[in-house]
Amino acid sequence: MSATSCSLCAFVKSSIGRKIIVALTGLALVLFLASHLAGNLLVFAGQEAFDEYAAFLHNLLHGAGVWIARLGLLTCFIVHIWFTILLTKENKTARPKYAHEATVQAPRSSRLMIWSGLTILAFIIFHILHFTVRTDAELAKLGAESPWKMVILAFQNPLVVIFYLISMTLLCSHLGHGVASIFQTLGLRSKKTAGPIKLISKAYALIIYLGFISIPLAILLFGFGCETCK
Amino acid sequence: MPLLNLTLKVWRQENANTEGRIETYEAKEIPTSASFLEMIDIVNERIIKEGGEPIHFDHDCREGICGMCSMTINGVPHSKERGITTCQLHMRKFSDGDTIWIEPFRANAFPVVKDLVTDRSSFDRIIGAGGYISVRTGSAPDAHAIQIPKPDADAAFDAAACIGCGACVAACKNASAMLFVSAKASHLNHLPQGQAEKDQRVLGMVKQMDQEGFGNCTNQFECEAVCPKEISADHIAKLNRDYLTASARSSVS
Amino acid sequence: MNLDSKVPKGPLADKWKSHKMDSKLINPANKRKFKIIVVGSGLAGGSAAATLSELGYQVDCFCYQDSPRRAHSIAAQGGINAAKNYQNDGDSVHRLFYDTIKGGDFRSREANVHRLAEVSTEIIDQCVAQGVPFAREYGGLLDNRSFGGAQVKRTFYARGQTGQQLLIGCYQALEKEIAKGGVTMHPRTEMLDLVVVDGQAKGIVVRNLVTGKVSSHAADAVILATGGYGNVFYLSTNAMGCNVMAAFRAHKRGAYMANPCYTQIHPTCIPVSGDYQSKLTLMSESLRNDGRIWVPKSKEDAAAIREGKKSATDIPEDERDYYLERKYPSFGNLCPRDIASRAAKECCDEGRGVASTGLGVFLDFADAIARDGEDAIRARYGNLFQMYEKISGDDPYTQPMQIYPAVHYTMGGLWVDYNLMSNLPGLHVLGEANFSDHGANRLGASALMQGLADGYFVIPSTIAVYLAKQTPGSVTTDHPEFKKTENTVKDRLKSLMEIKGNKSVDTFHRELGLLIWDKCGMARDKEGLQHALKRIPEIRQEFWTNLRIPGSANGLNVELEKAGRVADFIDFAEVLCHDALNREESCGGHFRSEHQFTEADTEVQDGTTQAGEAKRHDDQYQYVAAWEHTEPGTPPILHKEELIYEEVQPSIRSYK
Repeated sequence: MSATSCSLCAFVKSSIGRKIIVALTGLALVLFLASHLAGNLLVFAGQEAFDEYAAFLHNLLHGAGVWIARLGLLTCFIVHIWFTILLTKENKTARPKYAHEATVQAPRSSRLMIWSGLTILAFIIFHILHFTVRTDAELAKLGAESPWKMVILAFQNPLVVIFYLISMTLLCSHLGHGVASIFQTLGLRSKKTAGPIKLISKAYALIIYLGFISIPLAILLFGFGCETCK
Repeated sequence: MPLLNLTLKVWRQENANTEGRIETYEAKEIPTSASFLEMIDIVNERIIKEGGEPIHFDHDCREGICGMCSMTINGVPHSKERGITTCQLHMRKFSDGDTIWIEPFRANAFPVVKDLVTDRSSFDRIIGAGGYISVRTGSAPDAHAIQIPKPDADAAFDAAACIGCGACVAACKNASAMLFVSAKASHLNHLPQGQAEKDQRVLGMVKQMDQEGFGNCTNQFECEAVCPKEISADHIAKLNRDYLTASARSSVS
Repeated sequence: MNLDSKVPKGPLADKWKSHKMDSKLINPANKRKFKIIVVGSGLAGGSAAATLSELGYQVDCFCYQDSPRRAHSIAAQGGINAAKNYQNDGDSVHRLFYDTIKGGDFRSREANVHRLAEVSTEIIDQCVAQGVPFAREYGGLLDNRSFGGAQVKRTFYARGQTGQQLLIGCYQALEKEIAKGGVTMHPRTEMLDLVVVDGQAKGIVVRNLVTGKVSSHAADAVILATGGYGNVFYLSTNAMGCNVMAAFRAHKRGAYMANPCYTQIHPTCIPVSGDYQSKLTLMSESLRNDGRIWVPKSKEDAAAIREGKKSATDIPEDERDYYLERKYPSFGNLCPRDIASRAAKECCDEGRGVASTGLGVFLDFADAIARDGEDAIRARYGNLFQMYEKISGDDPYTQPMQIYPAVHYTMGGLWVDYNLMSNLPGLHVLGEANFSDHGANRLGASALMQGLADGYFVIPSTIAVYLAKQTPGSVTTDHPEFKKTENTVKDRLKSLMEIKGNKSVDTFHRELGLLIWDKCGMARDKEGLQHALKRIPEIRQEFWTNLRIPGSANGLNVELEKAGRVADFIDFAEVLCHDALNREESCGGHFRSEHQFTEADTEVQDGTTQAGEAKRHDDQYQYVAAWEHTEPGTPPILHKEELIYEEVQPSIRSYK
């Protein structure tokens, strides 16, 4: 084995190395969320704009673009989850329990990372089946015609909306701790940057949260888009 | 002088190979001006009188600098009071009738020796893996040969204030030693004298830390909340950064 | 018998240089064949172990703590002296030498002190290179401050934790050598006896404190760096574990104990608050720069304060006695440690003490706060005020602090020659454990200097003087003397365990401490010392018949550990009192009430000093008293090392 690959092996095996990998894949996913949200918000711009955007994504690089993105995202996901599980398993075995447990300052979001993360995983599987694979025949038919109409129809279902709300709340919690952690793990936090990082992290989580829940809520509660879809 | 009557729930364990358990003791008429360790001294005197074995606990300087005392008090290492070690905690912080849970620092890398006494030699091995500057005695240049900007010297000192007690590990849900290791590395990495061995130091110390069975940092900062010297988790960020660059450099050269 | 200090010939300033040149060397290939035992891992032991390993010797290092980093050197607050003259204020090796000799009240060995001053500068270089974060100025250069007993700024410091920073530097060097295999570290291991083979120290017997196992270790030379005996007083600023056992075991095996009566009492400690008290906390001496020390003029006011009927602020200005300012107008609150301590004791003896126990005086910052503002005082002493508040529960910004003197450092220790070797060949003693450099009183910031000088620079060179004459590995643990000593140790442990009486170790320790503090503390007299010498055998008698140690000797048993230490403290206390009784003079940390200046003395009449000050008798006592152990019941035998002053002229220490 060459020296380079040895150093890399050591990096991947080390606690900090693994955390940096989780942070970098997390960063990619965080950035994806922003672009995903920006695209989604086109729902409010109307059917034409949204469908055009959907078509643009599917035709990028003669259709290859979307697959490259999907593969990239999938890799990030798997790596992110795989290393997190490895780290969590180590963490669980590193310490016996106290008879009297107490927490001083660790925020709840930080203590729920693995659970919020796993819920998000479940959500993503559902989300992909729901909107990408389109297991529901009616949605599939509508989606082929107009993705915008598909979205409007999908969020007529209160159960779907509730699941989305729960998942987005946990995503928000995950991001609240996760975004700040990216800075810390990549070594970008310092006395001066600690405050802004905390703020950015919270604000980002909130924007993502409000942005994503605004769509199902607008559709279900305020009937957005419903006059045109039927 | 006001006196307190307390109930203690104390972890008793014969040695590393036996199971431990919580035992209950009544601590009667404890003066509020006594320190927490003196309270245990009083309880121990009574246990000895009654023919029992005293509660074993590590302690030495009793002025907050040797880092020997190591107890978790109501689930928090060195108690919930900020910026102190157990020996600096005084009974006036408690109220009559309180129940106090006293347990050893818990981490697999700190096996229990007896009762509240743990083996923290893993910290020594981490230092041996790179937590030093190699300078043979007598070979040093004049102390003024290298000027060190005050901010660097101060930053190094903030990290060097670590007393190696291990409270950071005990407080961490993952028993991570990152605050300790980062403080020790950061102290030397901030100084010009520490630059020559910086990469080697960071890689060596982290490798040893991992081998000792500590958990991983999940950025919850319980460590900095309980650190008796209030060392900031910013040093962890610096260690992460130094580790990343050291790994990158060692990959290409 | 007169002891030979083996001080090299020649002018004082050249002695160390020429001694190093003239001493034999051991070639590198041979060094690795020699094994050296170092007991103690503080500044002296840790630095010696690391340096000897760097040189190529095989080192075995022992400490009772769980890690070498926890030795009590770590608690030193103030700083470390060095004759760097970085301040350009006229400092020099000679000046540091002179200040130290004078501070020691002309009771130390000139050549040792001069060597200490010489290597002081190298210590700073070494520590900075190791990464010790000394305080710096904005220009990036090292900062200095002044300390008691000196008129120059030569003290290097690292906030309030100079000891910890220096110790970490040396601990890191030690861990590096451990990782490399040059040093084998034995933490949680206590030395219980010295093994002497054919009159030479060749090993030790230790007990593993975790497993209880007793074992022997052989070496070509043994180094003790086991600190002082301040805990003979039970309450002191020392760590709980500090003890005299290793030094006393060596003493019993033939090493002489020198000047044990020189004990330093630090004036600014937090007073005792109850009988459960386990230790005393030092408040930095720097507080005396701004704080004014006083007690009420009347006993009635003092009693009212003790009973809580009045508070300090109820006492009007003209009812307060700022006794240091009154007695020593030019030095005032900044007079040296021994003088300030004794003055506090006198006030309390008169019934004017203020803490609930009657043993306390006020250290008042009201004037300083009024003059400079609370913020300025907070900036200067914030951490100390906070520490005081945590311990006492009182706010020193609104109420004056209460302080009282406490045992802090012991200048006496095992006798050593210029090579730091005791009269027992092969046994070397470093740091506070030896007697060599501070005379009758130690100046502030000199303890760290001595520990590191001995460990980094002196012993690595002088040990070769002894080793060059030895065949490496000539004695192993197979030698019958080891088995014999091991059995003695085991028997002693067994007899301690078998007493099965009713009193705990601490009870005896407290009783002994009170007695020694009372009769051989800040002020001593013949009658009191004779009383103590009568009481000690009674305490010993009860100890050996009525002690209770629970548990077993096979495993961690702190009561057993403490019992062994207290048993030796009891025996040591006798040597201490004999020495104090023998020294019919007052000097430095040894104040005999019978020997003080009175109005009848010409020195008082001509204003050189004043009544009540310590009176030395150079004509009779300008010697080191080194005591040889004898069987219990018979007093130790005195040996003298005459102190010859070639460079300095002993004079009266005056701080008027």
